[in-house]
Amino acid sequence: MASRLIQTTDRGLYCSAGDIYIDPWRAVDRALITHAHSDHARWGSRDYLCARPGEGVLRHRIGQDTSIESLPYGETRKINDVTVSFHPAGHILGSAQIRVERAGEVWVVSGDYKLDPDPTCELWEPVKCNTFITESTFGLPIYRWQEGSELMADINGWWEKNKSEGKSSLLLAYALGKAQRLMMGLDTSIGPIYTHGAVEALNEVYRESGVKLPDSARLSSNPKGTKYAGAMIIAPPSAYGTPWQRQLNPVSGAFASGWMMVRGIRRRRSLDKGFPVSDHCDWPSLLRAIQLTEAENILVTHGSSAILVRHLRELGLNADTLSTQFEGEEETPAAGEHSEDPEVTELASTEETTESTEVVEA
Amino acid sequence: MKNFTRLFTVIDETTKTSEKTKAMSEYFSTCSPADGAWTIYFLTGRKLRQLVPTARLRQTTKELAGLSDWLFAESYDAVGDLAETIALLLPPAKNSSDIPLHKWVEERLIPLRNMEETEQISKLISYWDELTTAERLVLNKLITGSFRVGVSQQLVTKALSKTSGIDEATVAHRLMGEWQPTPAFFEGLQNADTKDADASKPYPFYLAYPLEQETSALGDPGEWLAEWKWDGIRSQLIRREGETFIWSRGEDLITDRFPELVEASQFLPDGTVIDGEILAWSEGEVMPFAQLQTRIARKTLTKKILNDVPVALMAYDILEFQGHDIRQLPMNERRQILARLLAPGTLDNAPSCRGQLHPTFRISPSLTCSSWEELTEARTNSRELKVEGLMLKRANSPYGVGRRKGDWWKWKVNPYSIDAVLIYAQRGHGKRASLYTDYTFGVWQEGKLVPVAKAYSGLDDKEIRQVDDFIRKNTLEKFGPVRTVKPQLVFEIAFEGIQHSPRHKSGIAVRFPRIARWRIDKPMEEADSLDTLAALIEGKVALKNSDTANNAIKFDTMADSSGEGE
Repeated sequence: MASRLIQTTDRGLYCSAGDIYIDPWRAVDRALITHAHSDHARWGSRDYLCARPGEGVLRHRIGQDTSIESLPYGETRKINDVTVSFHPAGHILGSAQIRVERAGEVWVVSGDYKLDPDPTCELWEPVKCNTFITESTFGLPIYRWQEGSELMADINGWWEKNKSEGKSSLLLAYALGKAQRLMMGLDTSIGPIYTHGAVEALNEVYRESGVKLPDSARLSSNPKGTKYAGAMIIAPPSAYGTPWQRQLNPVSGAFASGWMMVRGIRRRRSLDKGFPVSDHCDWPSLLRAIQLTEAENILVTHGSSAILVRHLRELGLNADTLSTQFEGEEETPAAGEHSEDPEVTELASTEETTESTEVVEA
Repeated sequence: MKNFTRLFTVIDETTKTSEKTKAMSEYFSTCSPADGAWTIYFLTGRKLRQLVPTARLRQTTKELAGLSDWLFAESYDAVGDLAETIALLLPPAKNSSDIPLHKWVEERLIPLRNMEETEQISKLISYWDELTTAERLVLNKLITGSFRVGVSQQLVTKALSKTSGIDEATVAHRLMGEWQPTPAFFEGLQNADTKDADASKPYPFYLAYPLEQETSALGDPGEWLAEWKWDGIRSQLIRREGETFIWSRGEDLITDRFPELVEASQFLPDGTVIDGEILAWSEGEVMPFAQLQTRIARKTLTKKILNDVPVALMAYDILEFQGHDIRQLPMNERRQILARLLAPGTLDNAPSCRGQLHPTFRISPSLTCSSWEELTEARTNSRELKVEGLMLKRANSPYGVGRRKGDWWKWKVNPYSIDAVLIYAQRGHGKRASLYTDYTFGVWQEGKLVPVAKAYSGLDDKEIRQVDDFIRKNTLEKFGPVRTVKPQLVFEIAFEGIQHSPRHKSGIAVRFPRIARWRIDKPMEEADSLDTLAALIEGKVALKNSDTANNAIKFDTMADSSGEGE
C-alpha cells in the first residue's frame, strides 16, 4: 500500500484524497461524524457531515449554530477525490458507518456499532469493503449478550420487585442511546418513569426525531418531598452516589453496562444489580460483522484490539491494530465522581490493547 | 438447582446481612429437607472433593467453544475466576431442567468422580447443556470445590434459627463438627427435642474483636480479666465417653496431630471440654509459631519431630464440666473450675504428674488488672514473651457464640512496619478480578530492590483504582500473569512477625503482611533496606511508632483460622 486511503494523524482519522477527517479528536475544517457520543463527536470543527437521523442529537451535543449537514443513509456525496456515504451502525439514533471510496477501493469506518436490534435506531447493515475499521470494546469471547426480550424481562422483574418492597428503581445508563433504548422496553404498567436532566434533554431530542419513547418526566420538575417508591428513575452513571440520589431513598440501584457481564466487576460496585447490556458488539457479533463485510484488511481500534487482531490472524485474515483516542464503554459509575458531561468516560481495561508484545517501554 | 442458584444470586448481589438472612430463611422454610441439608453444607463452606480435574474442565470448555489456549487464558485473566470463565464461554444451552439440588449432588455430581474420562466428559457436556449461565456458575463452583458465598456460619445459623424458632446457640452447636448432609440432619437441626448425642461435637468458638477504642472506654479494670494472647492453634479439647477429640477453630478434627495431648487427656474426667491454644512449648517457654507450622505440615509425626517440637495446651476456658454445658456461667467462675480441674495433684491418676501441674496442660496465667496503665505497661513486654499482646475478657461474661463485640477483646501489640516499594503486581480474584490488587514489595539491598512481602490490598477502592492505573501505565515486563512494575510507589507494610527463612530470596519471611497506607509523601529511595529488616529480627531496632498501627486495617484475605488464637 503506497499510501493508505485513511490514516491516523494527531487530529484523528484522515483521508487526504478527500481532505476529510472522520470523528477527529481536534478541531479540523471538515469532519464526518459516525455518531454523537463525545469521544467521536467533538466540538470546534468548521463543517460537520453526519447521517440524517443523527443530525438532531449531534446538534444538541455540539451546538445549535454549528455548521452541520446531513445525508440520508446510503446517499453518496463526492468530496474531492472520494465518494462518501453513511450506513446504519445500529449503535444509537443516527449512528453510522462511514464508507469512503476512491477509484474502486472501499474503506468503512464503523465507529461504534452493534448487530442486535434496537427500537431507537436502524439495524446495522453490512457494507462490503476492502478495509474495515472496527472497534473491539468487548473483544473477548466471554462477552455474549442475552436476547433483548430476556434482558428487558430481567429489568422489569427487578423494577417490580423493588416496587413490592416499597423502593424506587434507579437505572444507570448512558444518557445518549442506552437510556432511550432501555426505556423503549420498560413495562410502563409497573409505574411512572422519571429521568435525570441529562437523560431527559436527550429524550426530547429523540422524540423530536420521531422515536416514540414512553412518557417520562424530569425528576427536578417534581415538588420537593415527592415519594418515588415504585417509580423507575433513569440517570447517567455519573449521578450515582451523589447527593442528588438521596431523594430516591429507599432505592435499589442498577448499572446497565456490558461490563456487568463479569461478576467481579459487578460486585466491586456497591450496586444492587448489574444488567449486562451494551450498544457495542459482543464477541460473536464482531466476528460475524467482520465476515459479512468481506474485507481483506481489518483494522482494530479501541478495546481489546490486540486480542481480536491475534484471533483474526489465526483465522487467516489480514488484521492489524489501529491506535485511536476512541474510548468504548465506561466501566464504572465511579461513586461520587460527578463529571460535567455524563458521557465523559473514565475507562478501565481498554488500554490492554496495543501491548501484547511482552516488553513495554518504561 | 434453580432455587439454589436464585439463593446464591440474591446473597451474591447484596452486601446487606438483613437481606441475606431473609433470603436464606425464606429458602429454608420452603425447601425439602434433602435440599436444605446440602444447602447448609455448601453455605457453611463445606466442599465436595474435586470431582473433575481442572485441566479437563478447561480442555472440554475450549473444545466446546472452539477456543485456542491463549484466548481461553485471556478470558480467564479478564474474569479472574475459573468456574465463571467456563460458565461464560460455553455455548448457550439447548435444553433446560429443574432438578433439585440434592439430586444433582447425589445422583449426578458425586458419581462423576469415579467415572472414566470419556464418560465424565460426556456427562459434563450434557449437564452444562441444560443450565443457564448463572446455574452453570454454581455448578462449576460445586464441581471445582470453589463454591464460596458471602455468608458466615453465624449468618446461616441466624437464618435457621429464624426459620425454626430454635435459639441460635443450639443451632450453632448442632452445626459444629462432622455431620452428614442428610434430610434427617436438616430435620434434626430444627427439632426442639433433638437429643444431641454425638460425643465428638464441639461448641462454637467464641471469638474476640480487636480493641479499637481506648481502654478507658471499657470502664473499671477490676471488671476485666487479662491474659496473654498466645500465638498458636486455637483449639477445643473434648473428653467424653472415654475418648478425646481435638478441634481447631477452623472446625478440623486434629486429634491425631497431637498424640501427647491425647495421652495426657486420658486423665481428664468424662464430660470435659477445654478451650485453649495449642502451642509449641519447650523448656518452659513458647516456641515460634513457624515451628508449630512445620510440625502440622508433616504427614507422619516422627519421633524426631515430636521431640523437636513438643506441644502443650494453654488452657483458658472450660465449656463443659461433669457433662454439663457451663457456658452461661460467668467467666471468672469458669476459670476457677478450670483451675481446680488442672490444679497440681488433681489429676491424680496421671502417673507423670506426681503432685505437679501436668506438663502438657497449662493454664494461661491471669495478669493482675488493677489499672489500665499497668496493663498497658505489661503489654509492652509482649514481644519478649513471644506473645501477640493481651486478651481482655469481662469477668462476669458468659461464653458467647462466634465473633461478638463487647465481652472479649484482643489487644495486640502494634505490628511491625516498614516502608517498601511496589515491584510486581498481579490481578486479584473474585471481587477484585480484573484489577491489579496482588502486590509484591521490595526493600533495598546494595542498590537493588529485593522482594520481601506479598500483600493483597489494604487500600480503599479509590486507591486501588489509582494503583491499578499506575500499574497498567508503568509495566516494564510481563511474566505470565505477573507484571514487573516501574519501582516508584512506596507503601507502609505492617506485619506481625519476622524470621530468617532460607526458602525466601531475601532470606527473611514476614507474617501476615498487609498494606497499612500508601506513602505518597515518600520517594522510593527512602524505603527501608534489608538490613533494617534483619535488625528487626535481632530486636536491635526499636519499633517504629506507627500512627496507623492501631487503625482498623482492612485485610480480608488474611483469614488464617488456625493461626489466629484469640
